[in-house]
Amino acid sequence: MRRGPGKPRLDVRDLCGEALAGVLARPVRSALTTLGTVLGIATLVVTIGVAATAGNQIVGRFDALIATSVTVEVPEQTWGERVSVGWDAPEELARLRGVVSSAAMATSRKTANLTVSANAIVDPTRVTDQTLEVVSATVGLPEAARGAIVDGRFYDEGHITRRDRVVVLGDQAAKLLGIATTANAPAVFIGDRAYTVIGILGRIGREPGLATAVIVPPSVGRADFDLKEVSRVLINTSLGAAGLIAEQAPQALSPNNPTGLQVTSPPSPTRARDGVQSDVNTLFLILGLVSLVVGGVGIANVTLVTVMERIGEIGLRRALGAARRHIAAQFLLESTMIGLIGGVIGASLGIVAVVGISAANEWTPVLDTRLALAAPVAGALVGLLAGLYPSIRAARMEPVEALRSGT
Amino acid sequence: MTTVISLADVCRIFPTEPPVHALSDVTLEVPPKDYLAIVGPSGSGKSTLLNTLGLLDRPTGGSYRLDGVETTDLSDGERTALRGSRIGFVFQSFHLLATRTVEENVMLAELYRKHDRRRRRKRALDALDRVGMGHRVGFTPDRLSGGERQRVAIARAIGGDPALLLCDEPTGNLDSDNTASVLDLFDELREQGLTIVVITHDDVVSGRADRVVRINDGRLT
Ligand SMILES: Nc1ncnc2c1ncn2[C@@H]1O[C@H](COP(=O)(O)OP(=O)(O)OP(=O)(O)O)[C@@H](O)[C@H]1O
Ligand SMILES: [Mg+2]
Repeated sequence: MRRGPGKPRLDVRDLCGEALAGVLARPVRSALTTLGTVLGIATLVVTIGVAATAGNQIVGRFDALIATSVTVEVPEQTWGERVSVGWDAPEELARLRGVVSSAAMATSRKTANLTVSANAIVDPTRVTDQTLEVVSATVGLPEAARGAIVDGRFYDEGHITRRDRVVVLGDQAAKLLGIATTANAPAVFIGDRAYTVIGILGRIGREPGLATAVIVPPSVGRADFDLKEVSRVLINTSLGAAGLIAEQAPQALSPNNPTGLQVTSPPSPTRARDGVQSDVNTLFLILGLVSLVVGGVGIANVTLVTVMERIGEIGLRRALGAARRHIAAQFLLESTMIGLIGGVIGASLGIVAVVGISAANEWTPVLDTRLALAAPVAGALVGLLAGLYPSIRAARMEPVEALRSGT
Repeated sequence: MTTVISLADVCRIFPTEPPVHALSDVTLEVPPKDYLAIVGPSGSGKSTLLNTLGLLDRPTGGSYRLDGVETTDLSDGERTALRGSRIGFVFQSFHLLATRTVEENVMLAELYRKHDRRRRRKRALDALDRVGMGHRVGFTPDRLSGGERQRVAIARAIGGDPALLLCDEPTGNLDSDNTASVLDLFDELREQGLTIVVITHDDVVSGRADRVVRINDGRLT
């Protein structure tokens, strides 16, 4: 008959079964206990989910190029008061705070389609006649158009004052004309005049039309192509200054008739809205965390009440051979389950809300699967932490006392 | 066969002010298949003795051998394991879980010992049949009579297949008819080889036992 006691063991499935039965024994109480966790997790999921979704929309729309580009158009003179912008526009604009670079350009209907041919010596077998646009521009054009000189150089004030017949080709124009390099000073013919190609402008960020244009100095434009008047001014501003510059530029460019100019500026002050949004986000995150803590305290409280109500059950289980750790594990698992249920419900509600908010704003919802998985885990963790103290209390109970005081 | 219970000079002193000598130099031998009743006035130390026998409480002095194993120097965990594997309890207030069915309550008996989970339900139903409660397996305890509840509690106590059944006032909440049916059950169980120790106030209960010991002020007389 003598038999070693062996270690009391509890099958994990039995432990889960007992804990689940404990949670389901008082379904209404358990449901109410999850509320804090549901609210906290849902708030966090909505805040993070909407921030990610909205952030994605802003990234999609937000474009530093557009946000810092201001274009001033000079309407073609038909009737009424004469509006004109001088070729010294870049100097005028340089006085405004926030202007990074600018250039004045002249285009006209007459110069939009001119026949241009390359120096026949370059490649005699090729048909090199092309119909291209000729524009004149001030020396700051490469920077103002956010381009780069990919070969040779851009003309300078010296070329302008000397009225040198030099041109810079847009990179597409150069390709069309079969000019790959300016090293041996190729020439292009426009009408009956020859012009030396001194550079090729590529990687153009704004004014895409420049890629297929022949760019000439203002002095040449005036003399050879009747491009007398500035028709467009390109301005690049520092980030956030675009709105202000858009207001100030007409005054600087045409003090007599500033309203005659058409200004194109970025659609809205995106950055300001971002700032507001991130403040709101922080607020909601804090709110979510606070509700989570409140939810955890709620679970701890209810679990403690449950432990006190079930002293008799604890005594009985000890009498049936349950070790202290089995008692602790059961109550810990019960509170973890409550937290997990709260986390699952909260995450589901949060995801539904993110999808709803996205639909209302016509956004594509951005749902991080890691967030969807982490939210229930966070809920379970809250439940686990909340259950620590009550389950230790339960495990510490002496079986005799528990059986005496419980019914 | 070894004596099931062997107490030698067991003392239990509660360290209150003044200290309570709930048990003083208790010496008791209970052989296998014994049916022993412990009687005594209220406050005489009956429950303290039963808690000591059931390894729920630790004596402050003396020696207690259960199935030949000295229990006073075992660790808490070892005592729990021994209790779980050797002893079944029947309490005056039943201690049934109100939200679980009769069957589930009986199945609790094996939760912390055997691990053949598949046949657990079958054994629980067998135990319920032995106490004549096979027709109420799906009920919750609040829909049972007092005698029925106590029989379910006995089914749970024997469901763990113990060698020793300890009962503290098992009929204290029952009328005479229910008491009689519980006592019949004890007779049957003892014939099946169980050792039974019953604490009681009731002469009817002690009259059915093989032996009766009296306890007074913590001393056996
Ligand atoms: N935890 C305790 N602390 C102090 N004294 C205690 C404690 N438990 C029991 N006692 C005292 O020990 C004595 C014996 O108590 P016990 O519960 O064993 O009596 P009992 O014989 O079972 O009485 P009843 O028939 O009323 O159930 C009593 O005087 C009681 O007050
Ligand atoms: Mg008592």
